[in-house]
Amino acid sequence: MGKFNLSNKYKAITIGGSAGSFQGITKILSKLPKGMSLPIVLCLHRLKHVRNGFVEALSIKSTKPVVEPYDKESIKRGNIYLAPSNYHLSVELGNKFSLSTEEMINNSRPAIDITMETAAYTYNQKLIGILLSGANKDGAKGMKAIKDRGGLTIVQDPSECMINTMPQAALDITDIDYILKIEEIVEFLNELDKYYH
Amino acid sequence: MHNIEITDLRKLTEFIQNKYGYDFTNYAMSSFRRRIGRVLELNKFPSIDHLIKKISSDAEFFEEFVSEITVNVTEMFRDPSFWREVRDHIIPNILLNHQSINIWHAGCSSGEEVFSMAILLREMGIEDKVKIIATDIDKSILSKAKRLSVPIKNMDLNEKNYIRFQGSENLSKYYTEQNGRAVLDTSLVENVSFREHDLVKGIVFNKFDLVLCRNVMIYFNQILQNDVLKKLHESLFRYGYLIIGSKESLIWCEIANKFIVVNNEEKIYKKIKD
Ligand SMILES: C[S@@+](CC[C@H](N)C(=O)[O-])C[C@H]1O[C@@H](n2cnc3c(N)ncnc32)[C@H](O)[C@@H]1O
Repeated sequence: MGKFNLSNKYKAITIGGSAGSFQGITKILSKLPKGMSLPIVLCLHRLKHVRNGFVEALSIKSTKPVVEPYDKESIKRGNIYLAPSNYHLSVELGNKFSLSTEEMINNSRPAIDITMETAAYTYNQKLIGILLSGANKDGAKGMKAIKDRGGLTIVQDPSECMINTMPQAALDITDIDYILKIEEIVEFLNELDKYYH
Repeated sequence: MHNIEITDLRKLTEFIQNKYGYDFTNYAMSSFRRRIGRVLELNKFPSIDHLIKKISSDAEFFEEFVSEITVNVTEMFRDPSFWREVRDHIIPNILLNHQSINIWHAGCSSGEEVFSMAILLREMGIEDKVKIIATDIDKSILSKAKRLSVPIKNMDLNEKNYIRFQGSENLSKYYTEQNGRAVLDTSLVENVSFREHDLVKGIVFNKFDLVLCRNVMIYFNQILQNDVLKKLHESLFRYGYLIIGSKESLIWCEIANKFIVVNNEEKIYKKIKD
């Protein structure tokens, strides 16, 4: 048994991040186990009118290329997905993505709350939510939804965050399972992956 | 946020279909649920049954309800690179073989997409050759569109898009400011007609050289997407163009083989088979 209480029951991981999360997220992606078995869904706040470039930037160091899903694309094991700019990304019935141009939430589109809430609705206790550095409260409700439906929640240690408003907002309203530094999140994901082989 | 179960949603859509003839059964569940949740919250209805009761007795409320659950967010010159492509390649291509052009904006919302097209055509100097029909399911958003006015707070974004589109003027040339709204020059839309039309009912009412249906089918599930695409296909002349939203795809659709990809980045397709 490792440091975390894990199993192979999980079906997906969602990661939310905003201001100050880019470095953390690239580090996580660069140290993912090769052949990671769970899909990872990233919802990161990004420039609204820059459609290109971000996926490429994230992919450079990632162990697997990051892709922006199309509407109704099937969610596949081991893929890393990124919410496209100017769209909300939801998990739809039948293990698919759905996109939407609905109103911004917390001034954000994509909004982390939407991705996490819909994923929680689909995966229930089989979902892991991770929330990183950020300057607003987006993601706090999403993390609560994950916890309420029995999933596992992790926030980046506020003391390590460039801007800790986001993880702190989640901690304020939810009993978060783990508070971890980026290094430890990497460790967590690698340990988790061992249960799938 | 309300915990709305699928059985509740089924009950609601069935009721609406029987009473008003709109069928929301095959809307994408994730966003439909969220929209219904919003309506419950806004009106402080404790349950779906309260909503059903209100809808059953109040047709005016139902119209507002339709407006609330459909997503109307839009922009002028959304995806500027796409608009450049329309101006530099698609329209000139159609004009190679045609004297005039018929355009359909399916799901036009408050009209921004139509206004963008009208401005583009004027700058090309060909507005007299073009007839535009713009449709939406949502009556209240259509009446907004007909007023040709855009909230001034959105103009910042619209101008930025227009500059990226590399229009030949200043966007401000096309509107005047009145009571916090940018009101467009009525001469822009002389060849435009706005009409109510429900893509789910799918009545084919005309044939077009160019159909835009952007960011509308993302609110449908794949069953409905397939049905609607068949109708859009039927509404196009052979070699006419279909344009969908930049994150939508025809790949999964049954009629994909009746189109070729003209521009994959901008999601422009051409009908090649009846
Ligand atoms: C997000 S807006 C898209 C506006 C514009 N095309 C754009 O891309 O900016 C979606 C529009 O589709 C309309 N819509 C939804 N269901 C529809 C249906 N069944 N038939 C026609 N229009 C529909 C909504 O009322 C809304 O105005």
